[in-house]
Amino acid sequence: MAAAPQPSPHDCALQATNATAARSVLRFTATSEDRQIARLAAAAVALSAAEAAFPSPLPGVKPGVANIVVLLVLHRYGWRTAIWISLLRVLVSSLLIGSFMSPGFALSLAGASCSLAALGLSRLLPEAWFGPVTQSIFAALAHTAGQIALAYVWLIPHPGLAYFIPILAGAALLFGTVNGLICARLLRGHAAEAGMQLSAQSA
Amino acid sequence: MTCQLMRPGDWLVLTVAACALLALTDRLWLASGKPQSVVVRSGGQHAQEYSLATNAIYTFVGPLGLSEVEVRDGRVRIAKDPSPKQYCVKQGWLARPGEAALCLPNRISIQIAGGRSFDSLNF
Repeated sequence: MAAAPQPSPHDCALQATNATAARSVLRFTATSEDRQIARLAAAAVALSAAEAAFPSPLPGVKPGVANIVVLLVLHRYGWRTAIWISLLRVLVSSLLIGSFMSPGFALSLAGASCSLAALGLSRLLPEAWFGPVTQSIFAALAHTAGQIALAYVWLIPHPGLAYFIPILAGAALLFGTVNGLICARLLRGHAAEAGMQLSAQSA
Repeated sequence: MTCQLMRPGDWLVLTVAACALLALTDRLWLASGKPQSVVVRSGGQHAQEYSLATNAIYTFVGPLGLSEVEVRDGRVRIAKDPSPKQYCVKQGWLARPGEAALCLPNRISIQIAGGRSFDSLNF
């Protein structure tokens, strides 16, 4: 996927080199972390573009596997980076699919924004008790709620839309749980790796 | 270590969300806005409004003849109509707010009251 954003918008990327300040040259240096983030964003874009190719029984019912990437990023890099990955995912995949600035794009953006807000709130929960599955469920439900709300106020201002809520919310709960489990599994692998490194260092 | 895939709170969240979903489904699908009455129009004029609580058969006169509107068990249908294609009769029972059946050319229509209605939606 060549769509990785080259000038990574991550904060660390902006480094005006002091040596060239006299000529006022602004140089953007991509750190290794930036490249990592670009890779992750590209993975999220690839997943959501692949997902768009699958037929869906109802607009809005999607596995949302790109959220696994967002969840992983939330755990490894923090909330701010997760916001970047999520919004880049929405933007770049809409450019790839050709839905940029279409109603579908607006719905996607509304869903992603609500989902990020839910993830932000979920970080307040004690980590020993609530893991990635909780976060994934919150994110999925918030995503669906955001989409339905926007669809209602903007696209389909009809009370009949409420009939779809159980289907959409049910799908969100199902896929949220599955994605959360996948994320938890991946994080466990990551934690085991990190644990090994730590024990190797202390040895 | 907090390594297990499902932590106690995850089970809690999943259970609460599933219960909320069931309650929501029950509210939105099973007990959704019980229709109260049916509006009958004849020749485009608001002719009569009847409660759906009482079972009855109402008769209306149109240009072609008599149309019968039947109310039973909170539902309503056109039981009999002289219009040639019988679309409104074939439509069967109407139960949800906003649902409608109209008989042409006998110029009789029934619509369950409540809910905003649109002719078409484009997006």
